[in-house]
Amino acid sequence: MDGHGGRERQLFELGRLVKAGLTQPLGLMRPGGVGRILAVRSGEGDVERGLLEMGFVEGACVEVLHHGFLGRDPLAVRINQAMTVALRRGEANAVLVGPLLNRATDVEPTTDQESRPS
Amino acid sequence: MTAGTLAAEGFRPARIALVGPPNSGKTTLFNTLTGGRQKTANYPGVTVERKSGLLKTPGGHPVEVLDLPGSYSLRARSPDEAITRDVVLGRQARETLPDALVCVTDATNLGQHLRLLLELRQLGRPLILVLNMMDIAQKRGCQISTEALSRQLGIPVVTTVAMRKHGVRDLLGQIDALLNQAPAGDGVTAISDWVEPSPDAIRAHHREVERLLQEAVVREGAPEHLTRQLDRVLLHPVAGPLILLALLFLMFQAVFSWAEAPMDWIDGGMAGLQQWLSAHMEESLLKSLLVDGIVAGVGGVVIFLPQILILFLFILLLEDSGYMTRAAFLMDRLMSAVGLNGRAFIPLLSSFACAIPGIMAARTIAHPLDRLVTILIAPLMTCSARLPVYVLLIAAFVPATTVWGGIGLQGLVMFGLYATGIVGALAVAGVLRLTLLRGDRQPLLMELPSYKWPNPANVLLGLWERAKIFMRRIGTIILSVLVILWFLSTFPAAPEGATEPAIYYSFAGLIGRTLEPLLAPIGFNWQIAIALVPGLAAREVAVAALGTVYALSGDEGAVTEALTTTLAQSWTLATALSLLAWYVFAPQCLATLAAVRRETNSWRWAAFMFVYLMTLAYLAAFVTYRVALALGGG
Repeated sequence: MDGHGGRERQLFELGRLVKAGLTQPLGLMRPGGVGRILAVRSGEGDVERGLLEMGFVEGACVEVLHHGFLGRDPLAVRINQAMTVALRRGEANAVLVGPLLNRATDVEPTTDQESRPS
Repeated sequence: MTAGTLAAEGFRPARIALVGPPNSGKTTLFNTLTGGRQKTANYPGVTVERKSGLLKTPGGHPVEVLDLPGSYSLRARSPDEAITRDVVLGRQARETLPDALVCVTDATNLGQHLRLLLELRQLGRPLILVLNMMDIAQKRGCQISTEALSRQLGIPVVTTVAMRKHGVRDLLGQIDALLNQAPAGDGVTAISDWVEPSPDAIRAHHREVERLLQEAVVREGAPEHLTRQLDRVLLHPVAGPLILLALLFLMFQAVFSWAEAPMDWIDGGMAGLQQWLSAHMEESLLKSLLVDGIVAGVGGVVIFLPQILILFLFILLLEDSGYMTRAAFLMDRLMSAVGLNGRAFIPLLSSFACAIPGIMAARTIAHPLDRLVTILIAPLMTCSARLPVYVLLIAAFVPATTVWGGIGLQGLVMFGLYATGIVGALAVAGVLRLTLLRGDRQPLLMELPSYKWPNPANVLLGLWERAKIFMRRIGTIILSVLVILWFLSTFPAAPEGATEPAIYYSFAGLIGRTLEPLLAPIGFNWQIAIALVPGLAAREVAVAALGTVYALSGDEGAVTEALTTTLAQSWTLATALSLLAWYVFAPQCLATLAAVRRETNSWRWAAFMFVYLMTLAYLAAFVTYRVALALGGG
């Protein structure tokens, strides 16, 4: 993630995951869908910064909770089980989400009661 | 010399700024800290409220606490957030750099809120971290080591429960300690080397926060459940919009039914005052000014205070409980169809009471174009000042019958007028977004906070603020306009042997009669034209003015009653409908125009609003009049 080489390697990894069908933009996920953010990238710098400031950062767990009633837009997304953010599909598509790879600190977002060991 | 000694020697109180993300309980903490000793003013040039309060710490330091607008980052995205940035950096005009910053965070959401603290820490100013809402965090089983956090950050850390004064003593103690050691005259007046964090800097902050939490969080709390369960219903694709609609319906029902009694009291009080003045004063110009000009005029405006307060009570309750953002979520798609942001829902809802607080509430909309469009369409929401006119004309011209099995026709017409305003507003927004105010669609990115019980103190303080704003408007703009209008409609006096009412010969009459040819195509007679002159200042004044023109006397209730009969006899249905259509659009409120000027910082937009609304009003009245004539309403 740090440095130029790291980012290229990461992009390469992302490409592989996309081909394997394991990653998708946040905007395509359905309510109930969970995953881990792999990349936050937008053509416009301000959208990227806005997303980062609201907690959409690489490594964060996301869970799509709700869709709007018209055109299934906007989305309500829970980040790291702590904060819920509403955003439109357009912006959500700047967030690339992969599977919850089994990191030791992972939570199963479907079973809320479990506390996160640290 | 330290800030403490400076203050002790009476130079000035030390200045502490509260900074924190929205929903961190910052304002509640501010209210607890300062109690009733608060002062609300505006920052020069903008109408962002500057909230400050004075207090004395246990150590005897007088302190001015400043409550800065909530912000997720110093990279300001809205005018509110820009104030926070500028004050914190010492860039705000007529505002010295705070001696210390208190960063208020929600202990249940530290993962997001500590990032702002890291941004603030980079500024190198004296800083205290407050972990607020600690009770909720503990209830969820969360344990945080403040010592570890303090050690890692190198700043004092305090836990508080803002609503219950808990921990406030600790916070004041830390402020004391800081003031005793922090040099105030350290020569720093502004922070000049601050740069907006780049995306990678934000990522680095996120990693730093994660590291800090691993050090400091002894045990993580369980995630919150109630909000999730409630949202399952309140944001449900079918149930959600229905519940929102039901809530709005209930709200408007309450506004009209609950306000009835207090409005009658105000009405009675004003009528009593008028009678008392009439009985106890010599016949003079001063008496005329007081009775006809000021008491009648002020009474006609004050009477809306109960409705405005009830509407705001609902809005503040919905806002404080966290539901308002859900309403914005539900409405976003609908509003984005005409280029508006879901957040515009709140200002537009407020505008149903009065456009002025609505226009002010638009400040929470980050993007300038979104904000401008919201401000420009806010006056199309049917504010309570239109009601007296609507009620009068509907009572006079719409038969009190029922249609379609039990729906009152009069109520239906009223609903139609509200709906016309809303549809007109959406259409105008869409057109503006496609023409003059073209721009990229702005991101929504809005936090949906956890639901909580509204805090009564916050709600009451909020209501008190609205009441003050409204009364101040009456005391300044409306009062001076009323005096001018009284002058215009009193001088020159009617000549000997006059056949028309006195107002006919006055300046107002002259203006009205000059306008008459212009207003004839939309079916307005000279009486309406004259009444519209004072009605330009405030819509509701037109009713009283019509009473004057038709030479009716008595207190307000009697005039309205007599007017209903007089109008039904002397106007055609087409004229009445045309005037109703005119009232949906016409910008007859000087205070609103003044608010638009203040909020947009230019007369240009105020003038633009006046012209576009006038044009719409004329067109709507023209079409209505012609169609009604063609259908036999003459």
